[in-house]
Amino acid sequence: MDLSLSTRTEGDRTVVVVGGEIDVYTAPKLREQLIDLVSSGQYHLVVDMEGVEFLDSTGLGVLVGGLKRVRAHEGSLRLVCTQERILKIFRITGLTKVFPIHTSVEEAVAATD
Amino acid sequence: MALVELLLSPLPSHVRTARLVAVAAARRAGLDDERVDELRLAVGEACSRAVGLHARHAPDVPVRLTVADDVSGLTLTVSDAGPAAGPVPDDPAEGMLADEPHHGLDGHGDPDVALAVLNGLVDDVTVKTEPGATVVTMRWPLPAGAGPRTTIVAQR
Repeated sequence: MDLSLSTRTEGDRTVVVVGGEIDVYTAPKLREQLIDLVSSGQYHLVVDMEGVEFLDSTGLGVLVGGLKRVRAHEGSLRLVCTQERILKIFRITGLTKVFPIHTSVEEAVAATD
Repeated sequence: MALVELLLSPLPSHVRTARLVAVAAARRAGLDDERVDELRLAVGEACSRAVGLHARHAPDVPVRLTVADDVSGLTLTVSDAGPAAGPVPDDPAEGMLADEPHHGLDGHGDPDVALAVLNGLVDDVTVKTEPGATVVTMRWPLPAGAGPRTTIVAQR
């Protein structure tokens, strides 16, 4: 399965819904999406990963890149993920310390810390 | 021993092909589902690392993947012709957050982060490296009695 991307606005947050596989082949599409959002002034992003079936370190690199971009504008990048097989790679790389990871979009949108 | 061997031109799209082939071979060898998930990510990391290195340093040379199974278990190797592997970072997150000019610039990930993921993910992984010849070898035990999932119906 390829990568699917859609975005919607919830209050001052932009929710990016990602589905399918994020790997070295599809990651550039996600990176472009994140860059476009930041370029258009959207600095508070919630990336909903519940529909992601595969994520490797290339995909992690893109998410870290997105985080660095929003941070440059005092923004935030929150993840929504409850899938153990996806969370595992965040733990292995130590990125659970870097990204706020939420169990639902509602929780991520409401989060302010 | 049963063997599957694959040569991949260093194109990002072929990394998915490599995952599909390795997963199919592992399932056929009888690897259980949880370890198949682990193998899918591991082969993806090893192949995207190798493909990235070849794209930068040896674009005309294919990456080699083998999946072999015998009584001792399942062995997967990914061989590349890139520079020797660097030290595996202790804290990959820190490295990814730091401004590293090579990171992500050409669409490929950081080869050292990929190795860190492999080390954290797979219990039995070895990296034999020298300039132009790096082989990542990963092994998984197979459940007792595992083998090709073929049912042979006795003929009367």
